Amino acid sequence: MKAASFAYRRPSDFQTALAMMADAGGTAKIIAGGQSLGPMLNLRLVAPELIIDISGLSELKQAERDGDDLVIGACITHGDIEDERIPDVTRGAMQRVAAAIAYRAVRNRGTIGGSISHADPAADWVSALSALRAKVTLRSPGGERHLAIEKFVTGALETALRPGEIVASIRVPMMRPSARWGYVKACRKPGEFAHAIAAVLIDSEIAASRAVIGAVDAVPIVLGDAAALFGGRVTCDFGRHFDARAADKLLLQAGITDTVNRHIHVAVLERAVREAAA
Amino acid sequence: MAQAEADLGASTKAGLAQGVGARLTRKEDDRFLRGRGQYVADIRVAGLQDIAFVRSPLAHARIKAIRVPEPYRDVVFTAADLIGVKPIRAVSGLPGFKISEQPVLATGKVRHVGELVAMCVAPTRAEAEDIAAAVMLELEELPAVTDMRKARDEGTALVHEHWGDNIFLESAFEVDIAAALDAPIKVTREITTARQCMSPLEGRGVVATFDHRLDQLTLWTGAQMPHIVRNGLSDCLDIAQGQIRIISPDIGGGFGHKGILLPEEVCLAWLAIHKGLSVRWIEDRREHLTASANCREHHYNITVYADRDGRLRAIDCEATVDSGAYSSYPFSACLEAAQVASILPGPYRMPAYRCRTFSVATNKCPILPYRGVARTGVCFALEIMLDAVAVEAGIDPGEVRLRNLVSPDQMPFDNITKKHFDSGNYPQALRRALAAIDVPAVRARQRAKEPDGRLIGVGLAIYCEQAAHGTSVYAGWGIPMVPGHEQANARMTPDGGLEIRVGVHSHGQGLETTLAQIANEILGIDTAKVRVVHGDTALTPYSTGTWGSRSMVMAGGAVATACIEIGERAKMIGAKLLQLDPAMVSLRDGLVRGPNSSIGLSDIAHTWYRRPQDLPPDVDPGGLESTSGYKPRRDSGTFSYAAHAVTVAVDPDLGEVELLDYVIVEDGGVLVNPMIVDGQIYGGLAQGIGTALYEEMPFDRAGQPLATTLADYLLPGPTEVPEPRLDHMETPSPYTMFGVKGIGEGGAIAPPAAIANAVNDALRPLGVELLHSPMSPRRIIEAILKARAAQGSAV
Repeated sequence: MKAASFAYRRPSDFQTALAMMADAGGTAKIIAGGQSLGPMLNLRLVAPELIIDISGLSELKQAERDGDDLVIGACITHGDIEDERIPDVTRGAMQRVAAAIAYRAVRNRGTIGGSISHADPAADWVSALSALRAKVTLRSPGGERHLAIEKFVTGALETALRPGEIVASIRVPMMRPSARWGYVKACRKPGEFAHAIAAVLIDSEIAASRAVIGAVDAVPIVLGDAAALFGGRVTCDFGRHFDARAADKLLLQAGITDTVNRHIHVAVLERAVREAAA
Repeated sequence: MAQAEADLGASTKAGLAQGVGARLTRKEDDRFLRGRGQYVADIRVAGLQDIAFVRSPLAHARIKAIRVPEPYRDVVFTAADLIGVKPIRAVSGLPGFKISEQPVLATGKVRHVGELVAMCVAPTRAEAEDIAAAVMLELEELPAVTDMRKARDEGTALVHEHWGDNIFLESAFEVDIAAALDAPIKVTREITTARQCMSPLEGRGVVATFDHRLDQLTLWTGAQMPHIVRNGLSDCLDIAQGQIRIISPDIGGGFGHKGILLPEEVCLAWLAIHKGLSVRWIEDRREHLTASANCREHHYNITVYADRDGRLRAIDCEATVDSGAYSSYPFSACLEAAQVASILPGPYRMPAYRCRTFSVATNKCPILPYRGVARTGVCFALEIMLDAVAVEAGIDPGEVRLRNLVSPDQMPFDNITKKHFDSGNYPQALRRALAAIDVPAVRARQRAKEPDGRLIGVGLAIYCEQAAHGTSVYAGWGIPMVPGHEQANARMTPDGGLEIRVGVHSHGQGLETTLAQIANEILGIDTAKVRVVHGDTALTPYSTGTWGSRSMVMAGGAVATACIEIGERAKMIGAKLLQLDPAMVSLRDGLVRGPNSSIGLSDIAHTWYRRPQDLPPDVDPGGLESTSGYKPRRDSGTFSYAAHAVTVAVDPDLGEVELLDYVIVEDGGVLVNPMIVDGQIYGGLAQGIGTALYEEMPFDRAGQPLATTLADYLLPGPTEVPEPRLDHMETPSPYTMFGVKGIGEGGAIAPPAAIANAVNDALRPLGVELLHSPMSPRRIIEAILKARAAQGSAV
């Protein structure tokens, strides 16, 4: 199939892009890497009147430290992160997530801002950034607001973006030296959408634990305090206290009634915990 | 190209053979590797317009109205416009076969999602799709027939009302099994293979234009069988064959999908003939997945009876194949199911056998022949059963097979269904495969357990592939296409080159190379100077085309026959020029040689074409050109075969399967180019792995196809296909030129069976046996959880 006719504009600065977006009043779509929007246009699942291409905007392709945080421009590609062309505050965690996204061809063009704006539940960044306590910065002609990733993604392919707003950047806090990270996804081949994703960030020194169960057909399940998965307490030997039954119960409570799905999600979560504990 | 020729020249000078058996690099790869292949979508014709089709959104419905918006009246065409166009009819002469009429554009009812309802013409495909979206269909939905088993029940909805049921054909084969019923081992299983889509890299495509000077339709189409497409178009459009020229350019994979007459081909031909339009339709992946290319969906209820030592006493089987809504042209809707009954026993000996088969109509796309046709399902069912017998008998799976395989001293061998096996040593192939996969080492590894908790398994499968079967076999089927003598035209050029014209088609097989090798074998002409012309009804002899692993046997034999004829005439001319008695000369390495002198074929060609004054008056006026026909001495087919052995690691938590080692011991008779055969096996293996683990087109109860993009329809890629270890045996066929056998399809036949047996071997400690392809993570985990629950409740 071929896309329905649309107008295409490629603004030269972010302010102009925001103005175009505001003028369009909901009939425009932003395109960056186009790795999801491209196929959706061709399948005519979306038929916007206007496509605003922000991939040329240099201010969205910056990534810099701001204190302990890293602020990543929306148009930074997965490949930029994989190849370590931008700084890192996650002790390599983001680099490893990026390197396992789809195929290299997708990583060359696909962007981190595009991925979370598209909000596919099976996308890596939706789960990984939630676990990393990242925040998203949204811009509109009226100004800026900041949302935690898990507040930004509101459903499958649904976000808190208001008409006229564009994702400008993602702010990732520094991972503490004592924090342990695990990230595992289940898919049979590179490029296949994940059937299950688990991301854990555990810091027993400060008794903090965070776990995300993703690729669940809806928003990821984010446990700001994952102690329940470890018998109620996160200790330095947390890897030995993972409670698969508690995880299964949690998934059931989240409405995942299919036993095979739950089995795979629990197995993936257990592996992410094992990876973090290793 | 110059470099390539220089390289070839160098290898010739170095004395490297180019004839039968040479691992010659492929001539056609020069253009393919440089991106210069020419496919249907590359064809440009002045004024070309694009077609988009309005397709049925429902699986089964009565058409109440097709509403075309006023501005589009002149560019949208429906069945009402196609006056005099006949439906596609692929009949079979098998008794009881019910005929389906596949309308080119739907009339009355739609019978599957994606069925063509109207065609829209516009300058670009996007605009044509805009028009298609504006055409409104008023449909009265009918209950969809989606389950081939329930489709046989009384009172179910009918795909073709006037049939009275949904059965295209019921067939049966029986050698009384009564004596086997008290066998000490009796295993019964229900086994299924999923519906698949063939998924060649290039989909279908058609370009049609009318040439008024020649009073001829020119239709470019990616077709394995261009002459058969011409037959079908002539029938449907009721125009003379001479008014149709089919050109089949480069093809990005056929696999059977491109051996079918498409309603789209008839539609575009009609637009070119009756509307004077030059039009193009290029199938996109969504059309491919949802509206075409369906294959493989089989269901088996099968019981095997055996003695305690694993020797087979009988097989009793009921097989059902979901044939879809229509009988596809020319192979017909019963191609798969009716073959199941005759090929299920394969190379195994058994005293009794019974099989009933059903070709069932459903509200799905027609089932099409896919590489291995029926054999992949049959091999899956039978080889799983042999492992079940092995478990029951407590005997090693390899040993059970060795006790039942036909032995080499029984060759040629007529099996229980009277299939005539021409030659081969099946036990040796299996022994070599067992040795290569090293079963004891795998067993040791199983006992040692994996550090990552995965479970190791080893599996085997053996198949045989009847290929190049001819007139006597297909006459019995009574389908619209029966192969006879295969013809080839060979013509020397005045400069000593050779042109070969064949009606078969090369679309991945490397025939431009291998047929040149055959010519080289006979005439000694450098393969760089041999051009193979194919894919054009105006330029090539009639042929049923490339299907059934037949081209090397049939067209290879025809090319050899034509070259032998030319060689004989060249010898006569050469002898005269050398002033020798013809009995004193021979032809070798491109030279006609006498005891003390010789003359090159190019000198002979120069004389024939440009200095005829030097020829003797009694020269054969046929000259250095011959169209010759060929059939093997016996046309019941060649039997290639292989033993596949695979080691897998199964993740019992995620249900993922990794192929650790894959061994194939293959016997395709004498190999014309072993390197190309290796490539055929690699490609077939990849497709077999797709069948085993990934590919599935599910339908919902309303008959909607659910895997509508390649995000949902999973194909194996380079990371999922291990490099197999290949071992060739070369047992010549006693019936064919050079002893060659057809080998094109075999690689795709055994992998699902071998992998299933390996997965089952791995999971046997958990009490799990998988009987359905693909063995997806969901199916594997489901089976493990079920086994666990059963064991839990038993405790």
